[in-house]
Amino acid sequence: MGQTMVEKILARNMGVSAVKPGDIVTVNVDRVMLDDIMIPFIVDKFHEMGFKKVWDPDKVVLIYDHLVPASQQDDTRHYRVGDAFVKECGLIHVHRSDGICHQLMTEAGYVKPGDVVLGTDSHTTTYGCVGAFSTGIGYTEMASILGTGTLWVKVPETIRVVIDGKLPGGVMSKDVILRLIGDLGADGATYRALEFAGSTVEEMSVSSRMTMANMAIEAGAKCAVFMPDEKTLKYCEESEKNYGGNGSQTFAMSLEQAERELRADEDAVYLRTITYRAEDFQPVMACPSQVDNICSVSQLEGTAIDQVFIGSCTNGRLEDLKAAASVLEGKKVAPFVKLIVTPASRKVYEDALDCGVLQTLIKAGAIITHPGCGLCCGRTGGILSDGERVVATNNRNFLGRMGTSKVEIYLASPMTAAACAVAGRIVPAGGLPHEV
Amino acid sequence: MEQFTGRVWVLGDDIDTDIIIPTEYLAMKTIDDMKQYAFSPLRPELAGQIQPGDIIVAGKNFGCGSSREQAPEVVKALGIRCVIAGSFARIFFRNAINNGLLLIEQPELSGDVTEGDTITVAVNQDVDYKGKKYPIAALPDNLVEIIEAGGLVKAMRRRNGLD
Repeated sequence: MGQTMVEKILARNMGVSAVKPGDIVTVNVDRVMLDDIMIPFIVDKFHEMGFKKVWDPDKVVLIYDHLVPASQQDDTRHYRVGDAFVKECGLIHVHRSDGICHQLMTEAGYVKPGDVVLGTDSHTTTYGCVGAFSTGIGYTEMASILGTGTLWVKVPETIRVVIDGKLPGGVMSKDVILRLIGDLGADGATYRALEFAGSTVEEMSVSSRMTMANMAIEAGAKCAVFMPDEKTLKYCEESEKNYGGNGSQTFAMSLEQAERELRADEDAVYLRTITYRAEDFQPVMACPSQVDNICSVSQLEGTAIDQVFIGSCTNGRLEDLKAAASVLEGKKVAPFVKLIVTPASRKVYEDALDCGVLQTLIKAGAIITHPGCGLCCGRTGGILSDGERVVATNNRNFLGRMGTSKVEIYLASPMTAAACAVAGRIVPAGGLPHEV
Repeated sequence: MEQFTGRVWVLGDDIDTDIIIPTEYLAMKTIDDMKQYAFSPLRPELAGQIQPGDIIVAGKNFGCGSSREQAPEVVKALGIRCVIAGSFARIFFRNAINNGLLLIEQPELSGDVTEGDTITVAVNQDVDYKGKKYPIAALPDNLVEIIEAGGLVKAMRRRNGLD
């Protein structure tokens, strides 16, 4: 019987010829990501379990992102606990103010095709963009991985999503994944893997794929994978050089090896296959307060807004800022709207500065904030109040996510978000007059 | 392999973690304080009726919703011997095992069984209800070890020679 890509990754990890859905297997973890919110809990559990040392310090990455810079009095305690743990266990890979964990895990070269990676955040699914198996876990389990280097995993069934054709203008990968979440429902992929294929995703950049893998969890998915291609390997190769070559000790895979070891078999067995024509996609939004509550932007046109947020591990990359800048070039943000732009990482920030994108955004009236989770985790940089409405490029619009429970959050692509910022109301990116 | 018999409570599909333990009780000091409110949005009387050794049988997607580890902990604290469901949400599944609560996937049982009846579970083998055998998948030894140790922290302490 043929195997899906995720089955191949897991079998390869364990050195066995095959695994099948439902098997509970013990994987050898290639990397773990610990974030600043969870670090005190992880450290407590690690000590309670009686561990004295981390199984392999090179495989551990600690990233401060939710709490940087500190917005509440107790936040810096997390840095102190984290730094003491770094010292105690000899951790090598620590990012104290470089940006969002998921962006850094790929951008700093910590994750490679075929890797098995776990993190203490639900959006750890992101790393499937380079063909890794990655998912979120609790802090108790993270503590045990730190001691043992292993984790039990139930082999998921795979839903194959095939998208062929050319996306219409103004449609980004965010619109694609939002539509899919709407079609699947918030639990439509629970315990399942998503495997993306088709000419449309082959055309996409790694950044665009990252947006889709990131949001797979919003349909309940355990992980989401894209087959590595030349773009992926180039991305991984370049990433190794970023941030001082932190991730360069991991093993890079050749294209031939990826094809041989990771590509799903022709006769792989899928739970189901969903097919889309790229031409059928349109700009959409996830309406309050569920991510699967999807409407087309045109249906919502005219709805007044108070703020726009462009950032997060979902849509805070250079490609996203460029897309926003293409809409904002020569225009001004509406007078009563705050446009908050948060680069996903220090590198994104620097690149956007170097290529002039930041200047375009600033001249249009954007407020640029430091790289990090920022408003997406609702702790800093643009908290809203009752009755206010925000268009945002991040991944969750749950009650209370960006302020009070009476804030309305509409999730959208960076292009749509930028257009809304100019208009001061919900409009499609193509719906702006030429002079505003 | 271990075998046990218990009285059954039957619940439906999509029993989410807010039903299992509502948010308003999460900040209570101990799991024992919280457990009386388990399942209260759905069946407020249930927590008071459950006896140690009882078994919950439910439909699909049991434990969906948030990642709160308190959910499996209150179920365990009520004395539930195991939960048998058509399927489990993945974070709940992991949290349950890590807290020493036995979960069994069995898609057909919830449609057949009547609340108050007894079933016999042969772990890693089958569930016997009125003589009919419902097959269940085997749990690997490492998961059985975690459950039998009383959770992941205790299993790791045992592994590290502390208990």
